[in-house]
Amino acid sequence: MAHIPDPHLSDPMVPVLARVTNRVEEIPGVVTFEINAPQWQGFAPGQFNMLSLFGVGEIPISISGPSFDSTTIIHTIRDVGAVSGAMATLEPGAMLGMRGPYGTAWPVEQARGRDVVVVAGGLGLAPVRPILYHLITNRANFGRVTLLYGARSPDEILFRNELSKWRAQLDMSVEVTVDHADATWRGHVGVVTTLFKGADFDPAKTTAFVCGPEIMMRFGANALTDAGVAPEDIHLSMERNMQCAIGLCGHCQIGPFFVCKDGPVFNWAQMKPLMAIKEL
Amino acid sequence: MSVKGLEKIVAAHSLFAGLGGGFLELVAGCARNVRFEAGQYLFHEGEIASEIYLIREGSVALEISAPGQGCMTFMSAGPDDVVGLSWIVPPYHWTFDTRAQEDTRAISLDAICLRTKCDADPALGYEVMKRFAPTIVARLHSTRLQLLDLYGTHS
Repeated sequence: MAHIPDPHLSDPMVPVLARVTNRVEEIPGVVTFEINAPQWQGFAPGQFNMLSLFGVGEIPISISGPSFDSTTIIHTIRDVGAVSGAMATLEPGAMLGMRGPYGTAWPVEQARGRDVVVVAGGLGLAPVRPILYHLITNRANFGRVTLLYGARSPDEILFRNELSKWRAQLDMSVEVTVDHADATWRGHVGVVTTLFKGADFDPAKTTAFVCGPEIMMRFGANALTDAGVAPEDIHLSMERNMQCAIGLCGHCQIGPFFVCKDGPVFNWAQMKPLMAIKEL
Repeated sequence: MSVKGLEKIVAAHSLFAGLGGGFLELVAGCARNVRFEAGQYLFHEGEIASEIYLIREGSVALEISAPGQGCMTFMSAGPDDVVGLSWIVPPYHWTFDTRAQEDTRAISLDAICLRTKCDADPALGYEVMKRFAPTIVARLHSTRLQLLDLYGTHS
C-alpha cells in the first residue's frame, strides 16, 4: 500500500502560516492557488488540507495538484460561503493558515494493470486531478484509462486546457458532457452517466474513482455496478462537515465512519448502505 | 436500399438488436435511410411526430426555446441513440426541436407505419414497447438529475 502522509507538524490542530504564490481564476467563482508552507512533505492523491483565514474561519479543501511535486501545494476553491468566498479573493503573497494533509488516499496503486475509469462532476474534477496526473505519469502501468466528466454548462468546464491536452494524448479517453448548453456548443449534452454507454472498459478488470455531488456519485456508482464493476472496485470521495479533521469532534460522522479520518475516500461497498439512510 | 439491406442496419442498432420472430422484417418495412447536414433541423416543436430516428453517425441536439434565453440544448444524441418517443403517445406532437450538430446519418422509421403494425399485431407492439421503455426510463432519470442542478453553487 502506498505511503499516506500524516499531518506535517507534531500538533495536527495547529495551523502553519502558508503563503499564496500563484493564483489562477479557472472559471467565475473558482480559483486555483499554489501555496508554499514550511515543512510540507507531500501528500497522497485524495487527501485534503484544512485552510483557514484568521478571523473568518477554516474549511477542508482537497489537494488538486500532482502528488509527485512535494514542494508546492495546489488547491482549487469555489466561492460558496463566507470562508471560501474570502479565500477566493486572495492574491499572491497573501498568508493563510494551513494544516494537513489529512484523510485516506485514492487507492491508485490497486488499479495497476487494470482499466481505470474516473468519473467526475462539477468541481469534483479537482480532487481526482492528482489521480489523473499519477495515471498519466505512470501510463504504462495501467490498462485503458477513461475520464468521464460532467459540468453544468460549457462555461463551467473546469481545467478546460488540461482536458484538451489529455484528450490529445491519444492514450486515454476523455469525454465531457454538460447538463445544458446553448446552440454554439457542439459537444455532448446530458448527465454524466449518459457517457457510460460509449466508454470502453472491461468491468471485471476495472477500478473506478468517482467524485462530485453526492447524488451524482450515487448514480455514477450504481451505473458502474450495473455495467458489472464490483462495488469494492468503485471508490468515491465523501464530503461532510469536517472541522477537526482528526476524528475527534464527530461533525463529519457517517454511520461508523469519520469522513475526515476513515475517509474521505471510501469504496462503494462501504458507502452504498449508508447513503441509503436519509438521516445520515 | 432494399428492405433486406435496411433489416441489417436496423438489427445493428441496439434498440432492435436480437429482434426476431419476423418482427425485424415488419419494423424494417417502415424504415428508410436519411441524412442531415450540420445545422439542419430534423423536426420542430409542435409538428406531428411522424418519425423515429435511429442515429447511425453524427450527433443531434435536442433543443427548447425559452423567452429571453434563446435555444437551450438539454440533450444530445449520437451513434446508437434514439430520437423520437413522442410517436408513442397521442396526440403525437414533438415537444422540442432537434438539430443536426454535424453531418448525421440515421434510419427513419415511419411512425404511422409502425403504430399500425403494432396495433395489428399486439405481440409486435409489446416487443416494440419493451424496447422503447428503457429509453423512456433513462430519459426520465436523466431529466430528474438535470432538474436537481447538481453542479449549481447551492450543492
